[in-house]
Amino acid sequence: MPSELNKLTIAEASAKLRAREITATQLTRDCLERIAAAEPKLHAFLTVCEKEALEKAHAADARLDAGKAPALCGIPLGIKDIYATKGVRTTCASRILETFVPPFDATVIERLRTDGAIFVGKTNMDEFAMGSSTENSAFGATTNPHDTERVAGGSSGGSAAAVAAHECLGALGTDTGGSIREPASFCGVVGIKPTYSRVSRYGVIAFASSLDQVGPFTKSVRDAAIILRTLAGRDPRDSTCSARPVPDYESALTGDVKGLRIGVPREYFVEGMQPEVEKAVRAALKNYESLGASTVEITLPHTGYAIAAYYLLATAEASANLARYDGIRYGLRVNAENNIALNETTRAKGFGAEVKRRIMLGTFALSAGYYDAYYLKAQKVRTLIRNDFERAFEKCDLIVAPVVPTTAFKLGEKMNDPLTMYLSDIFTISVNLAGLPGMSMPCGHDSKNLPIGMQLIAPPFAEETILRAGDAFERTGSFKPRTPVV
Amino acid sequence: MPESKITLEQVRHVALLARLELSPQDEDRLRADMDEMLAYVDKLNELDTKNIAPTTQVGEAGTPMRDDEVTNQPAADAMLANAPSRERGYFKVPKIIE
Amino acid sequence: MTTNRDAYEAVIGLEVHTHLLTRSKLFCGCSTTFGAGPNENVCPICMGMPGVLPVLNRRVVELAIRTGLAAHSTIAPYSIFDRKSYFYPDLPKGYQISQYETPICKGGYIDLPPTENGDTRRIGLTRIHIEEDAGKNIHHESYSLVDFNRSGVPLIEIVSEPDLRSAEDAGAYLRQLRAILRYVDASDGKMEEGSFRCDCNVSVRKRGAKEYGVRTEIKNLNSFRFVEDAIEYEVDRQIAIVESGGKVAQETHLWDPARKETRPMRSKEYANDYRYFPEPDLPPLVVPAEMVEKVRASMPELPADRKARYVREGLTEYEAGVLIADRDVADYFEATLPGLKNRKSAANWVMTEVLRVARDSDQLFVEAVPPANEVGALLQMVEAQKISLNAAKTAFAAMVKSGKGAEATIAELGLAQVSDESAIAAACDKVLAAEPEKVAEYRAGRDKLFGFFVGAVMKAMGGKGNPKVINEILRAKLAG
Ligand SMILES: [Mg+2]
Ligand SMILES: [Zn+2]
Repeated sequence: MPSELNKLTIAEASAKLRAREITATQLTRDCLERIAAAEPKLHAFLTVCEKEALEKAHAADARLDAGKAPALCGIPLGIKDIYATKGVRTTCASRILETFVPPFDATVIERLRTDGAIFVGKTNMDEFAMGSSTENSAFGATTNPHDTERVAGGSSGGSAAAVAAHECLGALGTDTGGSIREPASFCGVVGIKPTYSRVSRYGVIAFASSLDQVGPFTKSVRDAAIILRTLAGRDPRDSTCSARPVPDYESALTGDVKGLRIGVPREYFVEGMQPEVEKAVRAALKNYESLGASTVEITLPHTGYAIAAYYLLATAEASANLARYDGIRYGLRVNAENNIALNETTRAKGFGAEVKRRIMLGTFALSAGYYDAYYLKAQKVRTLIRNDFERAFEKCDLIVAPVVPTTAFKLGEKMNDPLTMYLSDIFTISVNLAGLPGMSMPCGHDSKNLPIGMQLIAPPFAEETILRAGDAFERTGSFKPRTPVV
Repeated sequence: MPESKITLEQVRHVALLARLELSPQDEDRLRADMDEMLAYVDKLNELDTKNIAPTTQVGEAGTPMRDDEVTNQPAADAMLANAPSRERGYFKVPKIIE
Repeated sequence: MTTNRDAYEAVIGLEVHTHLLTRSKLFCGCSTTFGAGPNENVCPICMGMPGVLPVLNRRVVELAIRTGLAAHSTIAPYSIFDRKSYFYPDLPKGYQISQYETPICKGGYIDLPPTENGDTRRIGLTRIHIEEDAGKNIHHESYSLVDFNRSGVPLIEIVSEPDLRSAEDAGAYLRQLRAILRYVDASDGKMEEGSFRCDCNVSVRKRGAKEYGVRTEIKNLNSFRFVEDAIEYEVDRQIAIVESGGKVAQETHLWDPARKETRPMRSKEYANDYRYFPEPDLPPLVVPAEMVEKVRASMPELPADRKARYVREGLTEYEAGVLIADRDVADYFEATLPGLKNRKSAANWVMTEVLRVARDSDQLFVEAVPPANEVGALLQMVEAQKISLNAAKTAFAAMVKSGKGAEATIAELGLAQVSDESAIAAACDKVLAAEPEKVAEYRAGRDKLFGFFVGAVMKAMGGKGNPKVINEILRAKLAG
């Protein structure tokens, strides 16, 4: 009879580890066993670090025995393969980095290590985080633990699926246009994208630098608060990282939402969305009212322009960020007679179709004669979208909305239609453009038992409001999350 | 069929800038995809942005400045470890077109 | 050709890239030391590894401000960094972090030192901006090797207005610019190490025309000679094209110093579109007024101020202009002064004797010439009439070779002057006794013979007699 410690939340496991009821070794072993059993169906991991994880687990047990254990001591986590991990292959799910072994750690990896976390492996993703389904991984898609014919979402699909399927207790993702929140919604887990600049991006392979943000996937809101505390805070290696002090997020989880003003954006309940999604989110709003919060309708009038602005800005930044993959210093090289041909063939071979599509669009948007019409125009619209939120937050403390218009779609369903795929990010992208914190958490399921997520959005640096409201819902929510079939 | 937003020739020029070798099929496909996206983003022109300042970043202005100190020790081997081709302490590349 | 050439004038603007004197690189903590082994001074950041981010070096900003203040530029309180995209094996990220629309320094000017006939010229500056250097490609027959030690070394780019009209102008501007950079400790200006490089924009037009001609850009110029040669060549080439009814193509050329010709770069035509956009990894650079004032307070005296002071202290415009052109020379001049009464003679000495030695040497100025205090000691001996001016020159030449001090050299060569009146009187008596006819002639009114007597006494004393004392005694004796 397996002990199934992998099904614990971080908070539960931490308490048991500290009480020495369980060992980190046992906990890690259960995760690795689960990975071995589930991976053939899920493909949530690109690299599993069995040996290293067990070594670290032994070390964690020693610290726990000595009573000198830091916050995340002995907690097994999955790491999206977008984070540089010293000595561990980091591919970004791309052929071009298939062999790349970073000689350094990302700042958040360093912080998690310091706080005693154990890394069980590197999780699957859309290549260079470009996608909403993890189908753009050069190494094959991740499937949804609730229905393996469906996508896990993306780009951080591997991390979302791994947490949902209890392959690890939590995981790191990144969110540029919804890449944490959308897969969290599809897989029925908690995923938070903090305020832009709240968490260091150093060592996070860049997709769109002004939008990318680091965040955790967890099984509970409390767990998200615990990990976020470790991740957040000033980093002298990231010039865009905020120096604001980091609050103790866990202490914000009071369960009290009395007097909280919740804004409900008119533009986020649209025709064509899956009725069950709207129903579940509206039910959650009723729940909040019963807890003493008030709801108010707000408007975010430029929502319909967000995807257009996003795809110009994100691709423009990406076109430069991905120029370093030239076959000279690391990664794939396809030999050729001169440097130019070497660049061209290496990049042709190394990048997948979606990455090429975005590099091309971004290069075009920045090219002579088109900059003003496309790139600059999109930057101005970005200002309008920020202003929308600023105005909305005069009327409310928190916005509650759907994460995605539908539950998880079928594998292959949108692969031949990039624009339709992009449109599934309609409710998440604005939050990145405005740099706001946003969280996805389970709030129901549809008739096929697929999870439905609800999105909580707050003003800059008001992660505590999100976590408090999320936790309050979790404590009193009327629905019970379904167990994944995998 | 509405007017096309990008020609095959432009696609080829952009591919040159981006250093991507494209097959004729790639070119056709990318032209169509880019055309669709560019037609879609045209909706931004519905908005009057004459007096709107662009947003480049959402963080605070005033880039932090570090002290002028050497903090890295030479570690040429670690830095060269991922090189696809090397000779002595150098990265090796084919003939360079100036 | 020569006649037609006079009908044209060249219009030249220069873009100078110079390394800044910092310990660490622009955006990472790697050393900037020149001459390390290949890829020793590199880290994930300056190698452009995935996920790395830049953090700005404060010293770079201070040195850029110093240079801007020295060149009378406006320091921008708010400027942004941009990405300049192009592919090249020595450019690790596929873009260079630079400043495009908002440089840290705007405008300004540099005054060229006066020419022989006293002309001065003011050359306008467009901008000064901060950017990172690329690595280095070492070309072999069939392949190349890349070293990233230089990647990320801080540069400022100083862009002049098209105010220069000749190769000589360009040379004078570059020398003056380098002098200023050295004045403010921004750069060592070492062209041979690639820390001071120049690109030229050259066009020609008919004399008197208002419109500019089509310009070419010449890259890869890493010595003053190359700049001057390349401009001469390019101006001739363009005039020949225009004269034969052709059109100058707007292209980038490389100077080939071996063949002494420029040739177009191939890849530049391949695709030339830098796609500048604001660097999202660096928030805007904010330079508060207090920072500018702090830098200003730390500035050394600038060439123009120093020149004004020298003129106030009694030097001519010309003398002051020559001395201040190089900070090392001006510092040297001032170091000769303690204990001297006449600063003009020191100025003359530095401008002639000392600068001649420096010009004839390949070494840096301070290494090529004897220590300033020793030259000061030498000049003090001349003032005190312990040695003659000629003896001083002889001693100086010996000091350059031997590296010995003034006093030791004078003693060694026995150049000390004899001022003892009885010794001089004895020598005079001897000469006058030997030349009774000439004495008679002089006394009869041939004044001109006085010089003959002085020379003869000097000769009799082996050149060491004090000429002033000889004069006095001779006059008294001849009168007697
Ligand atoms: Mg430049
Ligand atoms: Zn470095």
